[in-house]
Amino acid sequence: MSLLEVDALSKHFGGVTAVDGCSLSLRLGSITGLIGPNGSGKTTVFNLITGFIVKDAGDVRFKGQSIAGLGPNRIYGLGIGRTFQLARIFPRLTALENMLVPVRRTGVRALFSRGQWHDEKARAMDMLAAMDIGHVAGLLGGSLSYGQRKLLELAAVMMARPQLVLLDEPAGGVNPALVERIGEHILDLNRQGVTFLLVEHNMPFVMGLCQQIVVLHRGSVLAEGTPADVRQNPAVLEAYLGS
Amino acid sequence: MRSTARVRAVKWTALLIAVVIAVLVPVIETDPATVNIAVFTAMYVGLATAWNIMGGYTGYVSLGHAAFFGFGAYAFGLVLAHLGIQAGYEPFLFVPVAGALTVLLAVVIGWIALRTRAATFVIVTIAMMFMIQLLAENLVGLTGGGSGLSFPVPPWSGDFFDTPFYYAMLLMALVSLAISWWIRRSKFGLGLLAIRDDEDKALAVGVPAHAYKMTAFVISAGLVGMIGAVYGYYVTYIYPQYAIDPLVGISLVLMVFLGGLGTLWGPVLGAVILEPAQLWLAYNFGASRLYLVFYAAVFLGVILLLPRGIVPSVGDLLRRVTARGAIGPSDTTSTSSDTHTMAGVQSP
Repeated sequence: MSLLEVDALSKHFGGVTAVDGCSLSLRLGSITGLIGPNGSGKTTVFNLITGFIVKDAGDVRFKGQSIAGLGPNRIYGLGIGRTFQLARIFPRLTALENMLVPVRRTGVRALFSRGQWHDEKARAMDMLAAMDIGHVAGLLGGSLSYGQRKLLELAAVMMARPQLVLLDEPAGGVNPALVERIGEHILDLNRQGVTFLLVEHNMPFVMGLCQQIVVLHRGSVLAEGTPADVRQNPAVLEAYLGS
Repeated sequence: MRSTARVRAVKWTALLIAVVIAVLVPVIETDPATVNIAVFTAMYVGLATAWNIMGGYTGYVSLGHAAFFGFGAYAFGLVLAHLGIQAGYEPFLFVPVAGALTVLLAVVIGWIALRTRAATFVIVTIAMMFMIQLLAENLVGLTGGGSGLSFPVPPWSGDFFDTPFYYAMLLMALVSLAISWWIRRSKFGLGLLAIRDDEDKALAVGVPAHAYKMTAFVISAGLVGMIGAVYGYYVTYIYPQYAIDPLVGISLVLMVFLGGLGTLWGPVLGAVILEPAQLWLAYNFGASRLYLVFYAAVFLGVILLLPRGIVPSVGDLLRRVTARGAIGPSDTTSTSSDTHTMAGVQSP
């Protein structure tokens, strides 16, 4: 069953075509890698799916319903979380507060009350511990190392129990040991039922983790298939290495 | 756990003592000049605290809050005149009406201004303030224009005159503080702080940033409007440049920066330090506006020496001093200070 469908999505910035009729489909419970050379439109696709920029043409459907035109907070509320290329956390909030920002509330009374923090605090602490950063819960986000920020960002995005998470370079800028740990966390969350779409330049990481790869080139899908298929595709090699 | 309870008990006791002292000011000090200073100090405590709900918690610096202050005063004067309310205590009951009218204005201004961010927002709020000032000047049939608007004059004697206004201002300051405190510990308040840190990231984790900013802006403006209403009744006569005075807007921002932006007690501290100092300068050096030089000096001092304001800086200093005795490298310097920690969100 398809969880997310991107249908002929296009986006122009002035005379530059960033995304050009891009279509892809994510199976429920899968881990899909979105790869491509620099400037191929990967992050723009992320921004279009998550409502940060408005499409020029095409459609995005989540669980069969169109989500194109909704704002980022509404899209998150529907169950699509995302992380950013350079780990973005709230630097002047503690790690624990970072975890509580995404907690969802309904109704004005719930919004202004803090009575239900206890369950959520315990869950946030459990999540931090699962990411091996439980010891930094009381520290300000700005004082954490880059690796800890990456883990915190991933942990925080899971607080509202999203069904689909878009990871923008989860292994970018972190040491090999941490890359391995991040991969394990992603697999662990995937086993719990979370579907992932990730943009990544670290090829061993992406090929080892993903069941499906989509290659983007100049805003369009150049190839898609299993990691083995994509690795041997001459068009992909040409796009990456040049003819 | 026990030490947390002890700290909490000390805080509540200190707060209770401060409130008792504030309540007793007109009883202890009967000199009308001193009570007059107390009236304006309480007024600025309320104004700075209300401004901080928007400017401090969300990081959206409005330099146009004087518009809400003046609008509240005008709205109040017009409501009293239209309803034929007699001078005395009764007008105080209508202060919330001025607040409600100011909220309506804030919805319109916020709807426009909050489409912008950072420096553009600051400029839009200034422009809006001057537009309100121009309207007050030109809608002569409604506001009296340059001739001003008179309020009913309370029949109280000179010695007692300031006292009811002092209590009204004190009540407004306490209401503002209670709301600020409540917001700060709520999920809503955490969302506001997240917007201050990184608005796009806040959106990405589901914070409805526009609705949150709008709510904070409207609450902040409504409180400022109510304080403006009490002010108008106190001075009994207002005109556009006086009621919608950019210096009021700048003064309260300076107080918040001095005390600590985004903290609960920073605005209180800033107002309690700066307003009496400003009035002392005005009383001793006439109406020379020498206090503006003083304000400029304070602003420079804050930027150079205490960029985060007194409350966070002193808080950090105290933590560093207490941590000096502790074993191992201190992580307290990087833990959440009073600026950021919400009462309910500390690490267990």
